[in-house]
Amino acid sequence: MSRPLTLALSAKAALVGALLAGASFLPTAAHADEQYFPLQSYRVGPYAAGGTGFFGGFIDYLNLINTRDGGVNGVKLTWDECETQYEVERGVECYKRQKSKTGVAAWNPLSVGIAYAMIDDIARDKVPLITVNHGRTDSTDGRVFKHVFPLLLNPYSESSGIVNYIAAREGGLDKLKGKKIAVLYHGSPYGKETIPIYQLLAEKYGFTAEQIEVPHPGNEQQSQWLSIRRSKPDYVVLRGWGVMNPVALKTAQKVGFPADRIIGNVWSNSEEDVIPAGDAAKGYTAITTQASGADYPVLQEIVKTVYGAGKGNLDDKKRVGSVYHNLGIVNGILNVEAVRIAQEKFGKRTLTGDEVRWGFEHLRLDPKRVEALGAKGLFHSINVTVANHEGEGRVTFQQWDGAKWKVVSDWIAPDWALLRPIIEKSSLAYAAQHGITVRDSAAEDATN
Amino acid sequence: MTDLALDKPVPPNAAEPNRTAPAARRGTVRPSPTALGVGLLLAVAFGLLPLVGSEYLFDAILTPFLALALAGLGLNILTGYAGQVSLGSAAFMAVGAYAAFNLSLRLPGLPFVVDILLAGLVAAAVGLVFGLPSLRLRGFYLAVSTLAAQFFVQWVFNKVGWFSNNSPSGIVTVPPLSVAGLALDGSVGRYLFALSVVSVVTLVVWRLVDSPTGRALAALRDHETAARVIGLPVLRLKLLAFAVSSFIIGVAGVLWAFAYLRTVEPAGFNLDRSFQILFIVIIGGLASLRGAFLGAALIVVFPLALARLGETLLGGLFDSGVLEMSQRIVLGLLIIAFLIAEPAGLSALLDRLWRRVAGRLAALCSALCSRFASNRSA
Repeated sequence: MSRPLTLALSAKAALVGALLAGASFLPTAAHADEQYFPLQSYRVGPYAAGGTGFFGGFIDYLNLINTRDGGVNGVKLTWDECETQYEVERGVECYKRQKSKTGVAAWNPLSVGIAYAMIDDIARDKVPLITVNHGRTDSTDGRVFKHVFPLLLNPYSESSGIVNYIAAREGGLDKLKGKKIAVLYHGSPYGKETIPIYQLLAEKYGFTAEQIEVPHPGNEQQSQWLSIRRSKPDYVVLRGWGVMNPVALKTAQKVGFPADRIIGNVWSNSEEDVIPAGDAAKGYTAITTQASGADYPVLQEIVKTVYGAGKGNLDDKKRVGSVYHNLGIVNGILNVEAVRIAQEKFGKRTLTGDEVRWGFEHLRLDPKRVEALGAKGLFHSINVTVANHEGEGRVTFQQWDGAKWKVVSDWIAPDWALLRPIIEKSSLAYAAQHGITVRDSAAEDATN
Repeated sequence: MTDLALDKPVPPNAAEPNRTAPAARRGTVRPSPTALGVGLLLAVAFGLLPLVGSEYLFDAILTPFLALALAGLGLNILTGYAGQVSLGSAAFMAVGAYAAFNLSLRLPGLPFVVDILLAGLVAAAVGLVFGLPSLRLRGFYLAVSTLAAQFFVQWVFNKVGWFSNNSPSGIVTVPPLSVAGLALDGSVGRYLFALSVVSVVTLVVWRLVDSPTGRALAALRDHETAARVIGLPVLRLKLLAFAVSSFIIGVAGVLWAFAYLRTVEPAGFNLDRSFQILFIVIIGGLASLRGAFLGAALIVVFPLALARLGETLLGGLFDSGVLEMSQRIVLGLLIIAFLIAEPAGLSALLDRLWRRVAGRLAALCSALCSRFASNRSA
């Protein structure tokens, strides 16, 4: 058969396939049980480094579960990707496109903007929306945001965790008194979100918080660092984004501020943030919810089972075990375990989105279970309830030694009790504005 | 004095021959083909689509298409009809969106339609301020000065928490859409709302560009000195163009925020959006109402169609990043091809196609008719 003819035929076959796929929306298709993860990924655009790592790790873990265990209790995991480039309207389009498939387990856009635009639809379609390590802080209150889960860490807890770490390095919370902490934040809604929290923590512990804005994108920070040099803070918290991070580290070196007194937040903690800064990043420390490295059993299994079979998602195998890749794997563990927990209650079959939501609301992985999953040391534990959709995630701190990240702290707990009233104030205001009945979390926890 | 190369290929009224067609001019009872076509289109859009369309069609295609088409229409008044180039359209969208959000938040008693009008007026006022440089600048210099609007407005919304009701993350969720007690929450409701607003505004603009003011704007575009010589109030016309254009773009911003995304954040109205709107106008056809809609259709719908085609044909072979990159290349090539085929934009291209098809049809018809006649006579 000549080549053009084959091409024409295959195009025709694809068209027929597309038509058939359209027709299969009719409820006649009786197939084996499958649980579908729609991935609104971004492999193009300014944030592609994060996107490829995170979604690569997520897919690698789903692949591992399918290959090693044959799915979750025999229910195969499926997924497909829709490119968003981190743009809100593309994310919305992907949501509308992908939601038509059956057996949607949960949505994981890894973008605050896209998550915000989905909140209404998520509540109506009754499927969980996962914003691991980021997201809308007040969605921690599951009594109002029934289907939204900012798992492990929201921005407020992150700030509190950083301050607790600094206190630990100084020798106790009481040693914070009289200290000076400068917060260098990205000039965007994301960067400004924690200003009131650092203020609150400063008042509570008696340190001075000097908050300095770096205009987007942050490739020029001479004046900010000169003012830091003048005011001589004890620590600088880097709340950066993209190019702002390496530039901050390089400029700090130029003005002579020691890198080991700069503490990065959760979006300033990846290899992509430090490698461009070269030597200047040596000693820099950053918060994380999941440790780096490929030594954990679950990563070893991924390397063996998935990459060994040539099915690994990362093009560059050296990125296995990097910060974003491990975040994707932890996110995979949390999603898969939520499905598993929900299956115990509802049966080992394709679950509805609302059933998976129940699973997330009962996602309790203690350190022992985490160890059984081969993730001991990768992340600490999680304890999600109806009222607390964040799940008391612990944080740890890693120091960059010039070649890799090295864990330098214990697992630290943020001061959740201090933050809860602020979160509830905001979530209750949202409930009032949108006419949402606040759930009785005590009663729901008791009946389930 | 030349303005920009942009407005050169557009001879006055070339893009819309029907607008000056004698029948329409005299206002005879016989409806023009344009009016018939528009009526049919509206009947389908209002009557048929809500019955048969899916949520995907409304939320992912039609509503953003309508909002962007309206923004394109607004910019077309300024750039296409009045010849003033602007790179600040997204800023005026943002002003409209934030104004409507704050009005509905702080003056909850006002009906939403009033909110929209006021939001448009706020955008018009901001547009007037940033239109002031146009009194002294033109062409590329004016384009650069409108960039100031783009950056300033985005900076203000970032900086001043009051505009986003001190929302900690700076992203605000807009209240549910309802007009006169009628909840328009669902995708069909929001689509119909956007469609109604766009229809009304387009009708008004249609009247405007056909009025003496519209012709004065065209005179301003074609030769500013000549316009001044024949006694047109050039300065006032320029400011009017900025105000009207910003009003419409502001209303488009309201639709974008309330009918489409239902959230507002400054980053959504960045320079990319401004360029997107400018491309809609250039690709669709300057100084043409239809052009804005055609351009928006190309910018919104075409990439989606391409993405789906690419996914269906090659999805298994490449990851989404590679597909996305190749789609961009294809889209870029197609835009170049379109513009080479017809530099005056899709609107003119469509006209040419229509004339050719109509010519063929007429020839075919006359051939058939003559045969029929000869058969009858035989």
